[in-house]
Amino acid sequence: MNLLGWLQLILFLGVLFLITKPLGIHLYKVLTPGEKPFLGAVFGPIERLFYRLLGIEAKSEQGWLAYTGSMLVFSLVTCLFTYAVLRLQYYLPLNPQKFAGLAPHLAFNTAMSFTTNTNWQSYAGESTCSYFSQMVGLASHNFWSAAVGIAMAAALVRGIARATSKTLGNFWVDLTRVTLYVLLPICVVYALFLVFQGIPQNFQGYTAVTGPDGFAQTIAQGPIASQIAIKMLGTNGGGFLNANAAHPFENPTPLANFIQMISIFSIGSALTYYLGKMVKNQKHGWSVWSAMVILFVAGALVCWWAESHPSHLFGEMGIRAADGNMEGKEVRFGVFNSALFATITTDASCGAVNSMHDSFTPLGGLVPLFNIELGEMIFGGVGAGLYAILIFVVISVFIAGLMVGRTPEYLGKKIEAYDVKMAVLYTLVGAFTILGFTAWGAVSQTAQAGLNNGGPHGLTEILYAFSSGTGNNGSAFAGLTANAPWWDVALGIAMFLGRFWMIIPMMALAGNLVGKKIAPTSVGSFPVSGATFTLLLVGTIVIVGGLTFLPALALGPIVEHFIMTGSAKLY
Amino acid sequence: MNDTNKSETNTFHFLRELKISLIATVALLLLLCGVYPLVIWGLGNVAFHHQAEGSLVRNAQGTVIGSELLGQGFTSDKYFHSRPSAAGNGYDATSSGGSNLGQTSQKLIDSLKARIAVYRKENSLDSTAQIPGDAVTASASGLDPEISLDNALIQASRVVKARGIERGHVEALIHGNLRGRGLGFLGEPGVNVLQLNLALDTLK
Repeated sequence: MNLLGWLQLILFLGVLFLITKPLGIHLYKVLTPGEKPFLGAVFGPIERLFYRLLGIEAKSEQGWLAYTGSMLVFSLVTCLFTYAVLRLQYYLPLNPQKFAGLAPHLAFNTAMSFTTNTNWQSYAGESTCSYFSQMVGLASHNFWSAAVGIAMAAALVRGIARATSKTLGNFWVDLTRVTLYVLLPICVVYALFLVFQGIPQNFQGYTAVTGPDGFAQTIAQGPIASQIAIKMLGTNGGGFLNANAAHPFENPTPLANFIQMISIFSIGSALTYYLGKMVKNQKHGWSVWSAMVILFVAGALVCWWAESHPSHLFGEMGIRAADGNMEGKEVRFGVFNSALFATITTDASCGAVNSMHDSFTPLGGLVPLFNIELGEMIFGGVGAGLYAILIFVVISVFIAGLMVGRTPEYLGKKIEAYDVKMAVLYTLVGAFTILGFTAWGAVSQTAQAGLNNGGPHGLTEILYAFSSGTGNNGSAFAGLTANAPWWDVALGIAMFLGRFWMIIPMMALAGNLVGKKIAPTSVGSFPVSGATFTLLLVGTIVIVGGLTFLPALALGPIVEHFIMTGSAKLY
Repeated sequence: MNDTNKSETNTFHFLRELKISLIATVALLLLLCGVYPLVIWGLGNVAFHHQAEGSLVRNAQGTVIGSELLGQGFTSDKYFHSRPSAAGNGYDATSSGGSNLGQTSQKLIDSLKARIAVYRKENSLDSTAQIPGDAVTASASGLDPEISLDNALIQASRVVKARGIERGHVEALIHGNLRGRGLGFLGEPGVNVLQLNLALDTLK
């Protein structure tokens, strides 16, 4: 833990803080029908053309059921489309390596994974997927699942901000505007920057070379840069190549790495400003933002410390202690930027990796795992992070209400039994899916055939896989061989439950909140800004996450840590 | 707050939504998966042709011999060696990845021991010399193009002996191929192995 690391962490927080307000204002304009956002002159005609093609009224609005229904139908159609593309890729264009179609279980897993913004990689990009499958079958979902996430968050925020209303906005309008005004323009600039930094963008077949020392190598190519931009900005995380953001073609320089880390958090951070602006309480937005920062910094510091302190066997063998744990890490990132990236990618539901989490120290690997299990609300997936933390805001004000013996209220709206039930249902779906499948995996011979490590680390591989799938993260303890029927199907189901079965109670909550009156603020109102609120929110998140998952974590990374530092028994 | 006069579609017609979904899918595909990547391809190739083509490196005859961004295998004493690789059978650019072995893995500790023994022998180090971490651990991608400065300086003695050239020349090349931190403080510095070795070959 050195000075340069601290400096980079402070710079990261500074840049994140600076982009939050301008990007938040932009999001407010995009998500508020009638407002004309930046680039309106360029994309306005395309926007209106879209509405004409779709046959919808830009001013029409939907209630929570209709809004959710539109999203579900759209997700179904696009999921089936990607399944078809992956199965049929041999017959489709842009397949210079002549890759065969994907097996049914792998195509199901991958289609579900990209539809749900998970981007779990059971496939290895460069040896499995054609350029067409990547650019059309997969990258399309990078945009769509991100836009869907932001739309859902906007619907919930409208539910909180509007008084005695029935509607939450229009799904098709939100989808169109987010894509045209936010994701696409940022990606054009971003992708060109990434090409400049060294990421390829071409349609050639792979290049066979023989090096100076006679080493033969086949260099994978492809339209990589355009896909990496939206993979990061949309917190998707599915790599074009197997090694993901650790691959020099996906993340060639420390500067590209820094920008990629910023882009993962950018929209999630800006959405807290959007929240503040919508509810006309900017302090509330910043208080939520502060809670996220506290949890982020805590995770980053623990992970950084742990990765700087590998097993004592390293030192006994003669490896220099100052270098930390470099197994599964790249020279250009080193220990600090690997630990920081791992924390960021799991605080958000990104799941891109610039180092191999499976090779982290036990506590270093615990941090990303615990981040996912907290529900990815530390900035979180685009949109998904905001609605996740708002669920916890509801739970927090409910607990605060119980403590002081008042009817809980949030921004002037009474929080009643139905609201709390929906919020708790949301958290239970996640916990049930993660722990249920992990328990099954831990006793199933079929499941265990996929493990790469033995002992408690093996259990962590299973727990991480289902946490990542259910949390729609997509990072992995990648030693697990997940491309087998049991794993592909089980993880596909976990991703489905973790996305849609959590969105539905969230939207039901939004639909219920939107109909409520807003009572004027009084001295008896619970303040939802300031240090007390922020700490209450942090406490609620950690305690709920901790109580739910601590027993499982104790059997995995925690016991492995004590084995490593103690007897150093090997498996 | 102000939505009393907006038309409201709280009714849900599955077939209508299905039709909208299909049209939206096709329209967005054309834009996001057609126009967008092709624009990046066009502009990227004009502005940054070398990078867009994979940062390929050619020899004097114009034959492609690697990519400056991808590590490849070097085994001769006269060349600097890349970091250990778990990609395929080593540096396989169609099968990138790490070992994914954890700290309590017997396999990890065994392979570290074996690599340390080889590294000490190749570079004539005694048993008490400290080994740079990157020299004996497998990288995340299996294609790490770089090694740390200390790793390069240790290997320099072997290269100097094998080539029979002055150490000063080799050290100058190492520093010449050292990529500094981004903006002076981002990430870690590293020496590009392929470019260093090519520079060595031009040294006569």
